Amino acid sequence: MAAGIIFAAISGRTEALNTALFASAENSPKLILELCGMICLWTGLMKVAEKSGLVAWVGKLLGPVVRLIFPDVPRDNPAFFAILMNMSANLLGIGNAATPFGLKAMEHLQKLNNNSAAASPAMITFLALNTAGITLMPSLVIGLRVAAGSQAPTAIIGPTILASCIGTVFALVFDRLMRLIYYRR
Amino acid sequence: MESVSLFATPFLVLVIITSGLLAGQPVYEQFVEGAMEGLHICVRILPYVLGMMVAIALFRSSGALDSLSLILRPVCAFFHIPPEVLPLAMMRPLSGSGALAITADIINTEGPDSYAGLLASVMQGSTDTTMYILAVYFGSVGVKKFRYAVTVGLSADLVSFIAAAFACNMFFGS
Repeated sequence: MAAGIIFAAISGRTEALNTALFASAENSPKLILELCGMICLWTGLMKVAEKSGLVAWVGKLLGPVVRLIFPDVPRDNPAFFAILMNMSANLLGIGNAATPFGLKAMEHLQKLNNNSAAASPAMITFLALNTAGITLMPSLVIGLRVAAGSQAPTAIIGPTILASCIGTVFALVFDRLMRLIYYRR
Repeated sequence: MESVSLFATPFLVLVIITSGLLAGQPVYEQFVEGAMEGLHICVRILPYVLGMMVAIALFRSSGALDSLSLILRPVCAFFHIPPEVLPLAMMRPLSGSGALAITADIINTEGPDSYAGLLASVMQGSTDTTMYILAVYFGSVGVKKFRYAVTVGLSADLVSFIAAAFACNMFFGS
């Protein structure tokens, strides 16, 4: 933040800086409000799935995959199901559903973390997976391309999957590496 | 694939509700209880998102990005990356709406099927808004020390961009 202000002062763009300051502060609650309905809907459904035993069932079924990536999350923990749903929603390109599941996963991971103020290794792995944003269906970009009159709006799906796979694999490997370095000290 | 995405959500809702009914649970009461927790999450993440958004907006409007992309131009030329996509590469981890605006601009001015347009599309789609995700997810549980999460997230973004340039070259090679 400070770097931005100093840079703007040097380059004489203080007016744009003022506008940006107030506009972004004003827009943040709007953004959360837009997200809020979706988050409530999915946390509500998650609660139903948890109580009905669906969570435990899915955890048993697809456990090994998540276990490989998250070795330190107990198998019967609800975090398991939330992580799985978050990953599936991201893959299918339903970003609206991915965020609420992700937040639920963080809540359970934080319980495992004893409510510490510092991130746990499992959390960082989970976020590495999310920020790398692996997807099979970049629907938003395809929409943009259709609107711009592209001859082949879906031509980018192949390279997009390839690039996001490379990014995700790197994120997971690099995360493990950083974890080793971090905990050796 | 598109139809799978369309059906996935309603189907999932159906499965969850049916499982609750079959287990003989008070589905509506539980739904409301869970939704209330969602509301608390929204309130909890607001200060974190606001702080991050203001910081990023200040950085954007300061023009630091433009200067940085000017410096990086020769590096791009070396790797045969069109310089138009440089601001996008730098915006992508910081702001989802900002990056989308740049992508739309490149697609509209260069053409959706031009090399720059294709590369911008792939860059936009192959990674997510790292700083925003970190702020929201960590903010929701009150984690203040991110440890090495930023390093991992931003390095992965960089690798994704290089991979995007590589993949585009492979698929649409100029």
